[in-house]
Amino acid sequence: MTGGVGLVVPVVLLLILVVLLQQAWPAVIHYGPGFLSAQVWDQVRLRFGALPYIYGTVATSLLALLLAVPVGVGVALFLVEPGQAPIRGAIGIGVELLAAIPSVVYGLWALYVMGPFVYRHIELPVSQHLGAFVLFGGTPRPTSLFSAGLVLAVMVLPTLASVSRDVIRAVPSGLREASVALGATWWETTWRVILPAARAGIFGAAILALGRALGETIAVTMIIGNRPAITPHLFEPAYTLASVIANEFTEATAPLHSAALAELGLVLIGVTLTVNLAALLLLRAISDQPKL
Amino acid sequence: MNWRRQAINAIATVVVYTTAILALVPLGLVLWYTIVKGLPAAEHMTFFTCCHLEHPTGIPGGGVANAIAGTAIMVALASLMAIPVGIVGGVHLAEYGGARLAGWIRLAADVLVGSPSIAIGLFAYALFVAPFHHFSALSASLALAVLMLPVVMRTTESAVSLIPGGLREAGLALGLPRWRVSLQLILPAAAPGVITGCLLAVARASGETAPLLFTTLGNPFFSLDPTKPMSSLPLVVYHDALTPYNDLNQTAWGAALVLVALVLLVNIGSRLVLRRQVKLAASL
Repeated sequence: MTGGVGLVVPVVLLLILVVLLQQAWPAVIHYGPGFLSAQVWDQVRLRFGALPYIYGTVATSLLALLLAVPVGVGVALFLVEPGQAPIRGAIGIGVELLAAIPSVVYGLWALYVMGPFVYRHIELPVSQHLGAFVLFGGTPRPTSLFSAGLVLAVMVLPTLASVSRDVIRAVPSGLREASVALGATWWETTWRVILPAARAGIFGAAILALGRALGETIAVTMIIGNRPAITPHLFEPAYTLASVIANEFTEATAPLHSAALAELGLVLIGVTLTVNLAALLLLRAISDQPKL
Repeated sequence: MNWRRQAINAIATVVVYTTAILALVPLGLVLWYTIVKGLPAAEHMTFFTCCHLEHPTGIPGGGVANAIAGTAIMVALASLMAIPVGIVGGVHLAEYGGARLAGWIRLAADVLVGSPSIAIGLFAYALFVAPFHHFSALSASLALAVLMLPVVMRTTESAVSLIPGGLREAGLALGLPRWRVSLQLILPAAAPGVITGCLLAVARASGETAPLLFTTLGNPFFSLDPTKPMSSLPLVVYHDALTPYNDLNQTAWGAALVLVALVLLVNIGSRLVLRRQVKLAASL
């Protein structure tokens, strides 16, 4: 009885994987490994391939990280500085409340407010002036890869900021004091001493945020445009693993269609579990390290 | 040379402060638009009545009472499943933890917290919808319970480990068995922290949409039967936002406002409870 009731958690986790594998099995057998690299998604001829969805999931998540990591680390640096406790406390709570807002509310806001704004004031001007650049080419749309990445960036910001804050706070104060004693300015201390010391932990925070972004469903479904295409253009619609499951699962009548969607779910949970596990083990290894 | 270093320092400081403010911009914008667009819908009394089908699209009126009731029932059922198991599991981890197995359980809980909720919806569908051949609120509660369990367990564990060892030793010295020390001394002392964890889990579960899509499905009528499909606030926001009808979009904003108010209230409330816990643990 050393594990006790807590054993429920790993058992549930295993059960989820087993049940999803069992649901996906007909598709796994029928399509084989080619499922992951095929690009067709045809419900009439029952030919299914996961590549456009994998592409959309990875592209939006990486874009979100690119936008959120600098801001998240900046917020963390701001939060760990001493003094002005009420202001720092208020901003800390504000960032944590970002995590409390339901995904569907982000989706609603993105669809009706952020998407149209981004379309008019960022996508159109940028594609007009820099359209020759392949990332900004194509036909801009309010629901796009870029909009989805932007919403995801907001949604993973709390994870990034709070984990980075803990990691930066754990940097031994002796290092900081030594640097300041040598006459370094605040920024020189931060850039040359604190951030290098916290680098591995910030990397862990980014991976943890990546895991969150990969699995996010509803907000992305509402803003990404839901078009299964592998496009290099940021301002065009795309589709993600989680979104296609959300949109099609209740309407899938053919058993093979449901199984293909379940296999997408299996791919999704497999990837997010691996990414989360890697991040958690990395962060745990860092916090177990002997302190200076 | 020195002025250059100072200038770089000043610029960097401004940039870091700007990012801190930038991070709050989305929160302000989301709250502002939810209030501005949601209030006109929510201030009509009919908004809190039932339901869409009695007032079809284009005819004013028609509310979300069924969705509010549905969210309350499904989250309550999920809490009944997740909270007792989570609390006992969390106390166990903190009190008898430290072993290798406890480390694995912690890791599994942290992984489960980060797993995609849509996959948990698929899981609940396969277990509790497909075998019975119909959607039900109960299956949605199961999916929500899976999401709540690790949150309750981990926060209980950290609240319990805040309690100083002296209390435990006093109980054991009086000859109490270990399980009574855990449940009758430690758990009451950690109660505010445990309640915080439960509240956070309830807030998270109330806002989830993805696990409900294939389990409770949604229902345009008023229903209190957990074995049948039920409506819920997140589902109303999701479905009504994607329709081309203005009045339904209005309902979506109104429902979003109710949802955000509920979630933020619970969140801020739980923070106040937690503050008491930290004080209490320090005074023991």
